[in-house]
Amino acid sequence: MPSKMLTTEEIKEINHAIELVPYKKAACIEALKVVQQNRRWVSDESLKEVAAFMEMSPEELDSVATFYNLIFRRPVGRHVILLCDSISCWVMGYEKIKNSLNEKLGIEFGETTSDDRFTLLPNPCLGTCDCAPALMIDNDLYRNLTIEQLDEILSKYK
Amino acid sequence: MEKPLTKHIRKDQRPLSLKEYEKVGGYESVRKILKGISPKEVQKIVIDSNLRGRGGAGFGTGLKWSFVPLDVLKPKYLIANADEMEPGTFKDRILLECTPHQLIEGMIVAAYAIQADVSFVFLRWAYKTAADTITKAIHEAYEAGYLGKNILQSGYDLEMHLHTGVGRYMCGEETALLNSLEGKRATPRAKPPFPQISGLFGKPTIVNNVETLCCLPHIINNGADWFNELSLTNDSGTKIYGVSGKVKKPGAWELPMGTTLRELIEVHAGGMADGLKFRGALPGGASTDFLVEDHLDVKMDYTHVAAAGSRLGTGTVVILDDKTCPVGFIKNLEHFFAQESCGFCTPCREGIPWVEKILNSIETGEGRLEDLKLLEFHTKYLGPGNTFCAFAPGAMEPLQSGLKYFREDFERHIQEKKCEFKNFKFQVSNSVES
Ligand SMILES: Cc1cc2nc3c(=O)[nH]c(=O)nc-3n(C[C@H](O)[C@H](O)[C@H](O)COP(=O)(O)O)c2cc1C
Ligand code: SF4
Repeated sequence: MPSKMLTTEEIKEINHAIELVPYKKAACIEALKVVQQNRRWVSDESLKEVAAFMEMSPEELDSVATFYNLIFRRPVGRHVILLCDSISCWVMGYEKIKNSLNEKLGIEFGETTSDDRFTLLPNPCLGTCDCAPALMIDNDLYRNLTIEQLDEILSKYK
Repeated sequence: MEKPLTKHIRKDQRPLSLKEYEKVGGYESVRKILKGISPKEVQKIVIDSNLRGRGGAGFGTGLKWSFVPLDVLKPKYLIANADEMEPGTFKDRILLECTPHQLIEGMIVAAYAIQADVSFVFLRWAYKTAADTITKAIHEAYEAGYLGKNILQSGYDLEMHLHTGVGRYMCGEETALLNSLEGKRATPRAKPPFPQISGLFGKPTIVNNVETLCCLPHIINNGADWFNELSLTNDSGTKIYGVSGKVKKPGAWELPMGTTLRELIEVHAGGMADGLKFRGALPGGASTDFLVEDHLDVKMDYTHVAAAGSRLGTGTVVILDDKTCPVGFIKNLEHFFAQESCGFCTPCREGIPWVEKILNSIETGEGRLEDLKLLEFHTKYLGPGNTFCAFAPGAMEPLQSGLKYFREDFERHIQEKKCEFKNFKFQVSNSVES
């Protein structure tokens, strides 16, 4: 496959981040974010593009990319479900929500539905413990979850 | 009862615009200090206020600032730690979403006190609403001349940027946060040098928690004595406490520092959910030691919670009820720590996953009595002084106190080769939801 070049728009956004820091490399996480925003995930090809632009070796950039759980180095679906698996949600019934999602979507944590619609991931504490259990889909937070609500929530994401 | 930090939060939680915020006295503290209170004097007021860091460690805020050299060349940095990822903690979210201008005002006061010229809000990825409110508020503050060059014609300059993270609990540890802001892995740094001398990009830097920063405008406006008097004890101010778990009304409330654990649970959280009894609580997030029934009258401040064998931490309480399995509860915590260990030093990277595995076998009925000794061994060898940063000792706190207070539960799992809470859980969840 031919390598996807960074787009003008991506370069503009990355350059904006570079302006805020004393040297280019310091903005590499921002650069990864920009690319992921546009391409859903950071492929090896994308990583190489960003590394070249940031004047880093791909290995160096990958060591940063793989550290952070919200930089996706494997393909994800159109929508990413982050289910809180931390203590308050666990106490309030996280496991039921998890089992129900596994069943409804036919996938386990780390997997993507065959129609590419959802990827299901566990996530540490979403910081909404008084409204547990909770999950996020893309940028939307859902709290005080019950199994009964899941179908309606999922149906909003095509 | 005064609630300086939360009194302007609307019922619907919509943040005040800059104009609305100014109408209720917003940015008054910035005007006041820029008109003629020196940075050293601001530090003195904050030292006298006895404000202690709300990020978990409780270090004196004014004292921490005083190590920043005031005479060195720019740049110097001030960072708001808005990475809030301690499981069970949801207090900074409220301040970030509902009172963004209060945070910015506090950041200007802190930055001025150390003569910083650049500031960052380090915000965790999941706080999307906060990202919007902060972005908008920073923009408004620039427009009104509270940020940028020559603020209110005082000659003082301050830039402010929002940085959103890409996950990992370790980004909240202040030196790991600095590495992350520099585009590196979020592993901690050796201290010394302390960030006050060599922080972000090797320059003097202060990292303060969101709630700490939000106290500052009120301290400047009302004075150190007023702040001391807000509290019921010698640790000053108010505190945003929270309670989560199976209580009637989980939530967060700004209350005088030193409010008892009993009052939090029984009055503010409405008591335990029907049919459940209190068994224990983590007073300030996942990395604090359990308190139990004997501790219900402990005053929730730094000094008294420490005397009870735990830490105030973030002051957001997680409740363990009598129908939830303590072994499963602790296993959930250790799973979190095993996953979030930055991997930099061996005891933590290897030890915590081992702890999780042992807990897992105990919970599933495959544990041996010797395993309890093995767990105790870990609480000691991953304790203070044996790992590179405070993460691993924090991870051991709920385990060591759990082994002490819930020993019979561990032993019963091992002897009966099963978790008897599994059946309970089903019934209880039904009754809570109905
Ligand atoms: C593993 C770990 C995670 C932390 N996470 C946070 C956090 O999310 N927010 C925070 O304010 N402090 C956090 N801290 C504490 C910070 O290192 C630091 O002490 C604090 O931000 C200083 O601010 P303060 O003096 O205002 O409390 C964490 C510490 C450790 C060891
Ligand atoms: S104690 Fe854990 S989190 Fe801290 S440096 Fe060592 S491996 Fe990293």
